[in-house]
Amino acid sequence: MFELIGVPPAVLFGQLLLGLINGAFYAILSLGLAVIFGLLNVINFAHGAQYMMGAFAAWMLLTFAGIPYWAALVVAPVLVGATGIVVERLLLSRIYHLDHLYGLLLTFGLALILEGVFRSQFGSGGQPYPNPLPGGQNLGFMFLPNYRAWVVVLSLVVCLGTWFMIERTKLGSYLRAATERPDLVQAFGVNVPRMITLTYGFGVGLAALAGVLAAPIYQVSPLMGSNLIIVVFAVVVIGGMGSILGSIVTGFGLGLIEGLTKVFYPEASNTVVFVIMAIVLLIKPAGLFGTAK
Amino acid sequence: MLVRAEETTGTPAGAPAAARRQGGGATFLWLLAAMVAVGVVAPFFAYPVFLMKVLCFALFACAFNLLIGYVGLLSFGHAMFFGGAAYVCGYGIKTLGLTPELGILAGMAFAGLLGTAVGWLAIRRQGIYFAMVTLALAQMFFFFCLQTPFTGGEDGIQAIPRRPLFGVIPTTDDTVLYFIVLALFLAAFLLIYRIVHSPFGQVLKAIRENEPRAISLGYRVERYKLLAFVLSATLAGMAGAMKTVVFQLASLTDVAWQMSGEVVLMTLVGGMGTVFGPVVGAGIIVAMQNYLSGIGEWVLVTQGVVFVAAVLLFRRGVVGEIAALVKRLRARGEG
Repeated sequence: MFELIGVPPAVLFGQLLLGLINGAFYAILSLGLAVIFGLLNVINFAHGAQYMMGAFAAWMLLTFAGIPYWAALVVAPVLVGATGIVVERLLLSRIYHLDHLYGLLLTFGLALILEGVFRSQFGSGGQPYPNPLPGGQNLGFMFLPNYRAWVVVLSLVVCLGTWFMIERTKLGSYLRAATERPDLVQAFGVNVPRMITLTYGFGVGLAALAGVLAAPIYQVSPLMGSNLIIVVFAVVVIGGMGSILGSIVTGFGLGLIEGLTKVFYPEASNTVVFVIMAIVLLIKPAGLFGTAK
Repeated sequence: MLVRAEETTGTPAGAPAAARRQGGGATFLWLLAAMVAVGVVAPFFAYPVFLMKVLCFALFACAFNLLIGYVGLLSFGHAMFFGGAAYVCGYGIKTLGLTPELGILAGMAFAGLLGTAVGWLAIRRQGIYFAMVTLALAQMFFFFCLQTPFTGGEDGIQAIPRRPLFGVIPTTDDTVLYFIVLALFLAAFLLIYRIVHSPFGQVLKAIRENEPRAISLGYRVERYKLLAFVLSATLAGMAGAMKTVVFQLASLTDVAWQMSGEVVLMTLVGGMGTVFGPVVGAGIIVAMQNYLSGIGEWVLVTQGVVFVAAVLLFRRGVVGEIAALVKRLRARGEG
């Protein structure tokens, strides 16, 4: 076996794969944030908690109802998305006329409530979730576990599908128009409040889907969201919030960079995303794909 | 923009400027006197360590409020200044043998330097982006503290000795230390009041109200924002360092992002942009944590509920709502 820059290839590609998987989660989560922000102008701080709820929904469906992973992949995001719709109707819809900061604070409070409830019910330790796709492929230079390949493929499909829906379909053009001028779109007979509600539900559903995908890889734990969400915020700042494509590219890219850092300088692997954020802010304050506002 | 009460003065908006200033000053002095009186009497009724905790967090919230209440910048990463100064102060006192006042100064200096670097980066973005940038940088600092050897990792810096103040005044007695902390808090509180009511503070408020106009008037907005950020960071550092002296402990809790959230909550509950709001808010939240600690994880839920309720129902905070009520009553009395 050859060595690549002093690192055995199995280690290098192993970490790159891990990075790609983390990147897949960053991409789906920052995509969900971008979709919600686009129409609601709310930074959904509860996104991490909703991701955690997705994982727990899958775990509960399996443990209490015997519903397997493949069904949970659809059912859990729908259920959690429905809670998102309730949240939007009951709470978020009351603060749209206020400064953006109140949306952030409200969803932060929501995140605390969700995390607290799950912690008091399930403790801070994790619950295991069986791997629905055991085994893997030997690619010669590395071993590729089936489930991880599935995660990367599915998240790419979901990300590109969302991008296509927003940028290339009629529904997407309504959404984009409503982002610019909700009053005008309303005047053309589009039910903008309902669109806002469904958009929030969809964004929350995306977070929950990421949670279901994460369940077999990480422990299903009440803390899984709060640790991830801050990295996702950094991804959002780097990518620039305005762009759907920006969240996808930046999410995967930063996951890979994190994986590489783990190989060459493991001490910095927790902070590399934030260091990149600082550098990007210096050069392009609006983010890589963002437009200055 | 964020709602805010007229500085807790409660004078009607129509009053002439000079009279309003005078009236506001008188109200402030009465409230200040009441606060000092409560502060002096309190240790005879409540546990001094609990009161010192309230004072440390009250100062932390006041420092945070300097930024959110008067410049309109929501920092979600203030734990890095609070906790960073706590570590520096703890290390200085325990390992380098500094006296408490030097330890606190060292902590403040560190927080000020860190604040300069972070502020310089963060003020490039506004609003929620600013919040996310400060949060992310604070998380980076958290990981730094987790990995660097001098912070003691998961254990933190423990058993920090309570050395005598200036080398002579003993601080081992809780009541004595309480009055020292009270004096420090009052000094910092008056400093913040002074900053807010200086020409510099007026410019900050102008930036909060209408940044493009402030720029067009020729103010170098970035400099004002950065200076406000550094001042806020330094005072937050003072709060963290004081906390280290009181509890003889500096740990990862102080730099964790939950701490940044708590200070936001204290300020929001008390009243953003009011002079006394953060003090009241800190008192409420610290008391809540103290008396609810028996219910375990539900404290988190309670805090979240308070957060949501504050945003939906009383955005002006306790002090802000009272001030608005007083203002309404007076307006009715005169009209």
